[in-house]
Amino acid sequence: MSDYAYIVLIPLLPLASFVLLGLFGRKYFTKSAGIIGTMALLASTIIALMAAHQYFFVDGKVAGAYHQVIAFKYTWLAFSPGVSIDMGIVIDPISVMMLVVVSFVSLMVHMFSLGYMKGEERFATYYAYLGLFTFSMLGLVLSVNIFQVYLFWELVGVSSFLLIGYYYEKPTAVAASKKAFIVTRFADLGFLIGILILGFYSGTLDISTLIHKLTSVQSPEYIAITTAGFLGASALTWALVLVFIGGAGKSAMFPLHIWLPDAMEGPTPVSALIHAATMVVAGVYLVARLFPVFSMDDTALHVVTYVGAFSALLAAVIACTQTDIKRVLAFSTMSQIGYMMFALGVSKQVGEQGLGYMASMFHLFTHAFFKSLLFLCAGAVIHLVHSNEIKDMGGLRKLMPVTHIAFLVACLAIAGVPPFAGFFSKEEILLAAFNENKLIYAVALFTAALTAFYMFRLYFSIFWSKESAHHDTHHEGTVSMKIPLIILAACTIGVGFIPFAKLVTADGAALETHIDILFSLAPVGLTLIAILIAARLYKQQNGGPQKIADSLGGFYRVVSRKFYMDELYLFITKKIIFPLIGKPIAWIDRNIVDGCMNALASITVKISGGIKGMQSGKVQGYALYFFGGVTLLAILFIYVWK
Amino acid sequence: MNLSLLILFPLVTAIILLFCNGLKQVRMVALAGAGLQLILAIFLLVAFLQDRSMGNQLTMLFEYDFVWFKNLPIHYHIGVDGISIAMILLTSCIVFAGILISWTMEKLSKEFFFLLVLLSMGAYGFFISLDLFTLFFFLEIAVIPKFLLIGVWGSGKKEYSAMKLALMLMAGSALVFVGLLGVYYQTGSFDMMKIAQMNIPLDTQYFFFPFVFLGFGIFAALFPFHTWVPDGHASAPTAASMFLAGISMKLGGYGCLRVATFLMPAAAHYYSPIIIVLATIAIIYGAFATMMQTDLKYINAYSSVSHCGFVILGIGMLTQTSIKGAVLQMVSHGLMTALFFAAIGMIYTRTHTRMVAQLGGLLKVMPFISTVFVIAGLCSLGLPGFSGFVAEMTVFMGSWQNPGGLYRLATILSCASIVVTAVYILRATGKTIMGPLDGAYSKLGDALWNEKLAAGLLITGIVLIGVAPFLINQLIGPGTAAMMEQIGKTINLK
Repeated sequence: MSDYAYIVLIPLLPLASFVLLGLFGRKYFTKSAGIIGTMALLASTIIALMAAHQYFFVDGKVAGAYHQVIAFKYTWLAFSPGVSIDMGIVIDPISVMMLVVVSFVSLMVHMFSLGYMKGEERFATYYAYLGLFTFSMLGLVLSVNIFQVYLFWELVGVSSFLLIGYYYEKPTAVAASKKAFIVTRFADLGFLIGILILGFYSGTLDISTLIHKLTSVQSPEYIAITTAGFLGASALTWALVLVFIGGAGKSAMFPLHIWLPDAMEGPTPVSALIHAATMVVAGVYLVARLFPVFSMDDTALHVVTYVGAFSALLAAVIACTQTDIKRVLAFSTMSQIGYMMFALGVSKQVGEQGLGYMASMFHLFTHAFFKSLLFLCAGAVIHLVHSNEIKDMGGLRKLMPVTHIAFLVACLAIAGVPPFAGFFSKEEILLAAFNENKLIYAVALFTAALTAFYMFRLYFSIFWSKESAHHDTHHEGTVSMKIPLIILAACTIGVGFIPFAKLVTADGAALETHIDILFSLAPVGLTLIAILIAARLYKQQNGGPQKIADSLGGFYRVVSRKFYMDELYLFITKKIIFPLIGKPIAWIDRNIVDGCMNALASITVKISGGIKGMQSGKVQGYALYFFGGVTLLAILFIYVWK
Repeated sequence: MNLSLLILFPLVTAIILLFCNGLKQVRMVALAGAGLQLILAIFLLVAFLQDRSMGNQLTMLFEYDFVWFKNLPIHYHIGVDGISIAMILLTSCIVFAGILISWTMEKLSKEFFFLLVLLSMGAYGFFISLDLFTLFFFLEIAVIPKFLLIGVWGSGKKEYSAMKLALMLMAGSALVFVGLLGVYYQTGSFDMMKIAQMNIPLDTQYFFFPFVFLGFGIFAALFPFHTWVPDGHASAPTAASMFLAGISMKLGGYGCLRVATFLMPAAAHYYSPIIIVLATIAIIYGAFATMMQTDLKYINAYSSVSHCGFVILGIGMLTQTSIKGAVLQMVSHGLMTALFFAAIGMIYTRTHTRMVAQLGGLLKVMPFISTVFVIAGLCSLGLPGFSGFVAEMTVFMGSWQNPGGLYRLATILSCASIVVTAVYILRATGKTIMGPLDGAYSKLGDALWNEKLAAGLLITGIVLIGVAPFLINQLIGPGTAAMMEQIGKTINLK
């Protein structure tokens, strides 16, 4: 076993960048902030890759299985004996994989932003926030303690809030940032209570101890948490479902997804980093981190499965109707995360049955590359046309050849066309679903076809369709914007070939997988048909899409309005919580509670008016009061206060 | 280390102030005095930690006992444990920041600073007293100046607010006094450390505990006796608001813990369901009431009601962790609310309004003040990295250890308040700091050096607790442990 303590540098470098730029950026680093941030991330990424190499290929494997190493642990806040928040670093397959993903994508985004955000007034602040986010996310994936997860979870949330609200003068950006924070906060409440339950029954907050205690059927902790129950479900089920609610909030699962489309108000590179590749998969990571415990409870796993599958389908349907390029991508993110979730839901902990877990992590990995690529391409496009609406785009393939090819590669990957990255991971997910639950498999297959359709709808509308309205004077953006696109495109082609099943599995042991051509026929065939339909409808401008939309009538409108979920939330907050809870309470406080206090005061004034009358100047009167008082006190002292 | 210096310094400062003339002289003297207090408090902390690390396990350190009044056993008995030191440090930070914030107080400046210093003396005396009578004496010293500070230097319906605050706090003191006398008649002593060993008979505890707890509870904004808080804060000048929230409300929380619960633990146990219910109501109800406020000061005042509910909740839950959380929450809330009031004051002196609807986009013209506002807000909504998170999570963890159904429900509801808090903080931030800037405000300037220093000091405290809670935990932990041991002897809790 060797020393992994140097890994602490990976999160600390972005933190240093945040502190430096946050405190002094506005004054001293208005121009160089980008370079400083990028350099910090470059160093982090290199260290992360070194760590991955060391863990996966040098000394991570003990007796044929990857094992967990706690590289560092410090008691940060002790509650009671055994129960404390520890800050630490856990090294295991998923944390190392996430380290690479987060630092790498973050590096790409840092680099891309050099050009994209150039000349922004708050350039240094932007990079400071990026540093804060990267630090928090890295801290989250390295957590050894469930409360440490929660802590970084909240920090991730606030950096997302700050970045969505980066254009703080725009009311829509402010509203979106508030919405994202409050919706996820609401979900976090579930997470917090879940933690409280888990901590109470297992007597620890340390993840590996917790897993150890709650996965052995004979342990007193396991017996306690499964026998205690509330409303027909065991405390374990409650705890896991509540934790999952937290995860669903961050990962934009139905019905807590409403913040994600609006979050696109932030700068586009931010969407690539936070709302596509890293933060939104935190929920998946959380379930994966606690997966041994989840696998002990079928009810909780079913919740994960069905919420995931439903979200995947719902988002894909909505994505077909959206006209804002970033919103289409946002819904596609939600849909892909749905895949990761239900893949976890249909999985088991050990051996062959752990295929879903592996597939989920694999999809998380490949998705990070192609989705951030998609967003960065979208950023390049938006940078050129100054609009998010697809109708303002079209025919851009000649103007931006690099972006065009990169976007095409990413579309093929997300659609699951071999040999691009998404194909391999999606294939495993479909197989895992097929083995466990045919209904989920059917949903997944249909969603895969929809995915191909809406992605290529986007692709053809942006790069083909009508002739470009933009002149040749527009160019594709700076070199620093093109390089990340090229690197990410290369990754999108290449990462599918990584023997992921050998590296990241639920129980650490390698899993035998192979691509079954017969099994692949259905999804790939459907995908290709969907692409052809998209090409037929959107490659040239024709009235086709409009006709289809018209023929669907009301249904189309409902879908394009995202099933009126936003309106429902608005109704609950504006029409129920504010007027029916907030207002009455504020009124009661001013008029009834305080009214009583004021009444008490005025009564006192009246009584004192009466008492004043007693001040008659007659000594007998005083003597009477005096003796009366003394007698009263004497009675009190003798009988009451003795 | 002589604890009496904590009282002597402010006293001397106050006397010197009487001979000063003009704002410049007055404020320099006041600031120097506050600076000395701050240094003294830090010295005290260092000396305390040194003594502890040398193995001094006495519950109270630096004790001093002097018979003050022979016929009654009134002693000038002082001493500190980790909890009192935390409160003393809090007080000294807030006094220093409050004086800096009032740097340009032109109106009756001598009297203004005199009262601030006097108030701080009362607070220090209160936190170091181990004798019930002395404690009560200092409590009264801390009450009177507030009446004048609001009544003379306040704004809005200041006479009403000042009178309301003074009457309610006086009523609180009266209740406390009745309770203290009762304890005295039962035990024949005013000495807290002695009384704690004595096990007061149950019926006495049951009878007098409500007096003491309720009395101090009024100071700590216990529902439904919190109504002095919004009006008092709204009318008070900035520094007085800071003192009120940062120090006065802490007198109440400290009293509920040190006097009521510590001396009469069986009664605390007996009444804990009622305490929990009131605390939970304050937390939830305060949060929802905050959501509907339109004046920044009212927002912060109602949010104080909600946050102080956590202090009461932590005490009422009677587990070691929850009590530690209550103390942490007192410190955290003190720093954070003082910071919030400072930010509001800075905004008000520039824009001359506190109405949320009339503000907007201030980040553009006053980045420093806006950042302070946002930090205070984020601390209030319990963001990790700031003290609020540490305190609230400790209260939640401690409360959850109390497994009764009612306690569970109370904990869950209290946890739910973090969502409501997020709503009102983000609404306020979104409307005042973010959004488009009103043209009328485009020429306003950012914070001055004194404001920056004041905010910087408070933020340092908040971040220090938030980033390295193990430090303050070392300070408070043994204190609460000793207290719980004493309490646990009387009542058998899990």
